[in-house]
Amino acid sequence: MLCDVCNKREATVHLTEIINDQVTKLHLCEECAKEKGAEMEEHFGLNDLLAGLADLGQTIESRAAESIKCPKCNFTYQDFTKIGRFGCGECYEAFKKHLTPLLKRIHGTDRHVGKVPLMAGKTVKDTKNIQELRAKLDKAIQAEEFEEAARLRDKIKEIEGKLKNPKDEK
Amino acid sequence: MTIDSFLHQDGEWLKGVGPHSNVVMSSRTRLARNLDKYPFSHWANKKQLEDILETVREAAASVPFLKDSLFIRLKDLSDVDRLFLVERHLMSPEHAKDVESKALIVDSKEVLSIMVNEEDHLRIQVLQSGLNLLEAWRIIDKIDTELSKNIPFAYSTKWGYLTACPTNTGTGLRGSVMLHLPALVFTNQINRVLQATAKLGLNIRGLYGEGSEAAGNFFQVSNQVSLGRTEEDIIDGIERIINQIIAREETMRKNILAKNKEALSDRVWRAYGTLKNAHIITSNESISLLSAIRLGVELGIVKNLDVRMINELIMMTQPAHLQKLEGKLLNSEERDVKRANLIRDRLK
Repeated sequence: MLCDVCNKREATVHLTEIINDQVTKLHLCEECAKEKGAEMEEHFGLNDLLAGLADLGQTIESRAAESIKCPKCNFTYQDFTKIGRFGCGECYEAFKKHLTPLLKRIHGTDRHVGKVPLMAGKTVKDTKNIQELRAKLDKAIQAEEFEEAARLRDKIKEIEGKLKNPKDEK
Repeated sequence: MTIDSFLHQDGEWLKGVGPHSNVVMSSRTRLARNLDKYPFSHWANKKQLEDILETVREAAASVPFLKDSLFIRLKDLSDVDRLFLVERHLMSPEHAKDVESKALIVDSKEVLSIMVNEEDHLRIQVLQSGLNLLEAWRIIDKIDTELSKNIPFAYSTKWGYLTACPTNTGTGLRGSVMLHLPALVFTNQINRVLQATAKLGLNIRGLYGEGSEAAGNFFQVSNQVSLGRTEEDIIDGIERIINQIIAREETMRKNILAKNKEALSDRVWRAYGTLKNAHIITSNESISLLSAIRLGVELGIVKNLDVRMINELIMMTQPAHLQKLEGKLLNSEERDVKRANLIRDRLK
């Protein structure tokens, strides 16, 4: 099938647009799709975004990414690009490098600020402690109570040292 | 208690009460949670899925709120019963597929339900009538905390609750509100509202019907972002926007009443007349006509009916409900007849 726009190259991108209940189907080659892509961007939803990840394999870097495997459940990044789901909680850590930009694109950030569960191991309790201590630390600094700030800083370091939690690294 | 007892009770969202119940049918919160030891549902083996079911069943048994609840293995149900639960908004259509290791926990009042082994190990849901998203959050928050005493959830200090799909990561929270927006549809303003809402980070889609067709002018609005904001912040954000949509809908209703009362009455009473007399009616037609009557009731044009009854008819005329009422399987033509009979009977 040839591209609907240039009628020269093979169409490899297939788009369905719905505007005011009018369904339009477009078959485009990669180059024309790129041009079209700019104007389509605002219509794209989350699914498109996730699906967009699926056309990896274009660059050496992304080919390397596909072969990353979660050590716990053996799910690969390539599996993720195909179905848009991870294999287990550990996959987040395993795919961290590629996950961060993805989460930022979906949510605008990659940092959780909401609820902390009661029981997800002692890590979480310690982490909540750290969060609270950090808040206190900010206040102490603002109030120029530097002795208190130093004390808090040391305490945070101590708990963080104990944690050595790879999930918490920057 | 069995699921058949739901058939003759008003589920939470049918009640037609609560704040802004003239425009808002119901509010819902949903939390996605996973057990930290196991792969996500789609990647887990049969033994692991069974372990998950058992862990959740035990944990739920110790939650006070769930004292009067059903634990249902979906494989033990007929297709019609599964569809029945979907129609009552107690579980998703996806949950009714590939049911081998899936379960549903639902409390006797149909406020709370937990899908086990859907996309995530747990999908906890709380429904409230009217615009009551904050209350729906408070209830689900408590239940989640109770469950977490016995279930270690997959959680990371950086990313929050870890979910199968990255669109739910963080809080795992989806708040959604079901709205009835006939005046915005009649005045052709709905598309502008839909676009504006989407730009503000909310999803909006038709509740009934398929694709871009929103049968009956019922819409569902929910948040897209689940990470980087607190739960209260997410809920507050949805409520603020919903309040504006409600205000707009109410203004348009007043405008129509002031300027086009006869045209509106004509539409409402024709709908009434059709429903009262039809002998064959499809679900799409009945929902559109019931929507028109609902507007008539909300604006005081129709005085002998109430919103609760319309809600009940919308619920009862769905395929699985009709078949449960009839006590046997019906094909689509038979359902259209049965549906018309039921409506005629109720509108007598």
